Amino acid sequence: MSKKNNILDEVTQGEYKYGFVTDIETETAPKGLTEDTIRFISGKKKEPEFMLEFRLKAFRHWQKLKEPTWAHISHPPIDYQDIIYYAAPKKKKELESLDQVDPDLLETFKKLGISLEEQKRLSGVAVDAVIDSVSVKTTFQDTLSKHGIIFCSFSEAVTNHPDLVKKHMGSVVPYTDNYFAALNSSVFSDGSFCYIPKGVRCPIELSTYFRINAANTGQFERTLIIAEDDSYVSYMEGCTAPMRDENQLHAAIVEIVAMNNAEVKYSTVQNWYPGNKDGVGGIYNFVTKRGMCKGTNSKIAWTQVETGSAITWKYPSCILLGNNSIGEFYSVAVTNNHQQADTGSKMIHIGKNTKSTIISKGISAGFSNNSYRGLVKITKRAGNSRNFSQCDSLLLGDKCGAHTFPYIKADNKSSVIEHEATTSKISDDQLFYCNQRGISTENAIGLIVNGYAKEVLSQLPMEFAVEAQKLLQIMLEGSVG
Amino acid sequence: MLLNIKNLHLEIGGKEIIKGLNLGINKGEVHAIMGPNGTGKSTLAAAITGREGYDVTKGEIVYKGIDILEMPPEDRAKEGIFLSFQYPVEIPGVSMTNFMRTAMNEHLEYQGKNPIPATDFLKRMDEKKKIVEIHSKLTNRSVNEGFSGGEKKKNEIFQMAMLEPTLSILDETDSGLDIDALRIVANGVNTLKTSENAFIIITHYQRLLDYIEPDFVHVLYDGQIVKSGGKDLAIELEEKGYDWIKQENENY
Ligand SMILES: Nc1ncnc2c1ncn2[C@@H]1O[C@H](COP(=O)(O)OP(=O)(O)O)[C@@H](O)[C@H]1O
Ligand SMILES: [Mg+2]
Repeated sequence: MSKKNNILDEVTQGEYKYGFVTDIETETAPKGLTEDTIRFISGKKKEPEFMLEFRLKAFRHWQKLKEPTWAHISHPPIDYQDIIYYAAPKKKKELESLDQVDPDLLETFKKLGISLEEQKRLSGVAVDAVIDSVSVKTTFQDTLSKHGIIFCSFSEAVTNHPDLVKKHMGSVVPYTDNYFAALNSSVFSDGSFCYIPKGVRCPIELSTYFRINAANTGQFERTLIIAEDDSYVSYMEGCTAPMRDENQLHAAIVEIVAMNNAEVKYSTVQNWYPGNKDGVGGIYNFVTKRGMCKGTNSKIAWTQVETGSAITWKYPSCILLGNNSIGEFYSVAVTNNHQQADTGSKMIHIGKNTKSTIISKGISAGFSNNSYRGLVKITKRAGNSRNFSQCDSLLLGDKCGAHTFPYIKADNKSSVIEHEATTSKISDDQLFYCNQRGISTENAIGLIVNGYAKEVLSQLPMEFAVEAQKLLQIMLEGSVG
Repeated sequence: MLLNIKNLHLEIGGKEIIKGLNLGINKGEVHAIMGPNGTGKSTLAAAITGREGYDVTKGEIVYKGIDILEMPPEDRAKEGIFLSFQYPVEIPGVSMTNFMRTAMNEHLEYQGKNPIPATDFLKRMDEKKKIVEIHSKLTNRSVNEGFSGGEKKKNEIFQMAMLEPTLSILDETDSGLDIDALRIVANGVNTLKTSENAFIIITHYQRLLDYIEPDFVHVLYDGQIVKSGGKDLAIELEEKGYDWIKQENENY
C-alpha cells in the first residue's frame, strides 16, 4: 500500500518534535574535570564547607573507578575531560512573579506545552523548573509551607536546611555506590529537595520539569525526598530536551527516604532527545534512583515511562529495611530507531513481611535494543517476604531486540518469589482488523501499545497518564508497516 | 451500481488466486457467494477491503463510482465497506468499548463531524448490543479475547450495527454457529438491511440463506464466478454438492 510507505517515510524522517534551542546566556565552567572544577562549582553555588568536602571525597573516589561495562549497551567512549560541568542562566534580579521570568524561558515552556501560568492556574501543580541546572522559579510555596512541606531546589536546601541535607544526602545512594553516582556526587549542579514532615499528606502533586539546554553541558541533577512518619507525597518528574548533535551526558541521582508508615510515589515521564533516525546524537542517561523504606509499613512506588535518550541506564530500586514495607516498580520503556535501554529494578528485602512488585513493559521498534535487568534479593532475616515480577516485551518489526536479565537471590525459605515473562508482537492481522474498522495504523498502534502498557500507565497521576499515552503513540508512529 | 468488480486478477506471493472475476452489486441487494474451500472467497473479501499483500494485477474494483484499488483499507472502511471476519482477531489490552469508540470517531472525523460524546456512545452501544443479544460483559473485555466462537461472530455483527456500513461482507459468519446464534446473526442482518445498503454473504451452506434471503447467488470456483442465479441456485447446490460444479468446470 503506497500510502503506508508515505506515512513511514514521513514519520521516520521527521525530526524530534521538541528539538529546539533557547538562547539564554549561560555562565559556564571551563571544560574538564579536576578538583578546581569542583571548587569552581561549589564556589559558584556559595556552598558550605561540608558540601565541598563531600564533593571532593566523591571526586577522589571516582578517579579510582572505571566506567561499568556490564549493561547491554554500546557507545563511543565518553571523554570526561571534554565536558562542561557547570552552566547557569545568567543571574538577573530576584523574581517576584512569573512576569519577571526571562521571556525566552517562558517561551521554552510554552513550546513544551508546560507554561507555568497554565500549570499554576489549571492543574494545581507546584512546579520547580530546572533549566540548565539552576532552579528558575518555584511556585506554590505558600500552600506547601502552610503544611510545613519544603519543596525547593537542592542548592536552596543546602543553604537553608543544611542539617537535613547533611543527614540524608548519600544515605541511600552513597557516592561509593557506582561510577555515575560518584561522578554526580562530585559535580552535581542542582536538583530538587523535598521534605514532608510527620503526619502530613502533601495536598498537591509535586512536579519538576527538567530540561537540558546548553550545548556540551553534562547535567547532574540530584534529588532528595524525605518523608517523615505517617506522611505521603506524590512526586512527578518529566522532561524533553532540544536537538543536539553531540552526545549529552546525564547522570542523575534520586534518593528517597520513607520513615514509619510513610508513602512516596515517584513518577517519571522521560522524553529526552534520542538521537536522529540513524542513531547520531541523543542523550546518554545514566541514572541512579533508589528509595529506602526505612520505617515499618513504609512504601515507595516508582513509576516510569521511558521513551527518550539514546542510552538509558536506570534501575529505580527499593531497599525494604522496615518490617512490612512495600516496594513497587512499574515501568514502560520504549525504544525506537537506534535507541538502547537497559533498565529495570532492584528490590532488596531486609525487613520481615516485606513485599515488592515489579511490572516491566518493554516496547522495542526499529533497530533498537531494550533490556530488562532486575534483581530481587531476599535476605536471611526477611521472613515471609514476597516478590512478584512480570516482565513483558512487545516487539514491533523484526530488527529490534528485547532481552531479559532477571537475577534472583533468596536466602530465606519462608519467602515467595514469582516471576512471569512474555514476549509478543503486534501482528499484521491485528493492524488490518483495526484498519478495517476505520482505525489508522498509527492509532491502531497507539491503541494496542496503550492497552499493553495500561497496568503501568494507570499508576501515573491523571495528567501525566494522558501525556504519556500520547507520547507512546508519537514515539512509535510509522514503526510498523 | 454500488460495487462493480471488473475482470479482477489477484496474486498472493506470486500465485494467482483470483482469475478474472466480475461482480456487480446495487444498493438494496443481498448477494450470496458460495463455493468449496480454498476457491478464493476470503481472498475476494480481502481484495475489496484492501488488505496488504493481496496484489491486484489486473482489473478494477469500482465502489460508489470510484476505483478504490489505491485507497488504504481504513479509508475504504470509512467509505462504508465493512467486513465481518471469518476469523475475528484478538487484541489483548484494548477494551471493546475503547476500540469501538476509536473506530466511530475516526468515521466521524472522516465525515467532518465532531467526536461522539461519551454518553451518546454508550447509549448507542446498549442499543446495538440488543440487536445481536450480546452480554454487556463482553464489551468490557478486550477485543475478542476469551470470546467463544459464537460470541466472536456476534461481536462482528455488533460492530457492523455500530458502524452502519453501506456495503457489508460477511465471511462465513455462519460457520460454527448453533441454530440460535445463527438466527440472531441473521436477524441482525435483516434489521440493518435497508434500500440504501447492500450485503455480500459468503457461506458454505444454504442454511443461513433460509434466514437471510439473497437476491443473487454466485458460485465461486478456482478464482472465478462460474455460475450465478437466484435463491434456487443455493438449494440446487445444497442438493447436488460442489462436485457438480467441479465437474462442470473441468469439462469445458
Ligand atoms: N495469505 C495467504 N498466503 C498464501 N496463500 C493464501 C493466503 N490466503 C489465501 N491463500 C490461498 O489462496 C487460496 C484461496 O484462499 P481463500 O480465499 O482463503 O479461500 P476460501 O475463503 O474460499 O476458502 C487458497 O489456495 C489459499 O491457500
Ligand atoms: Mg474463507
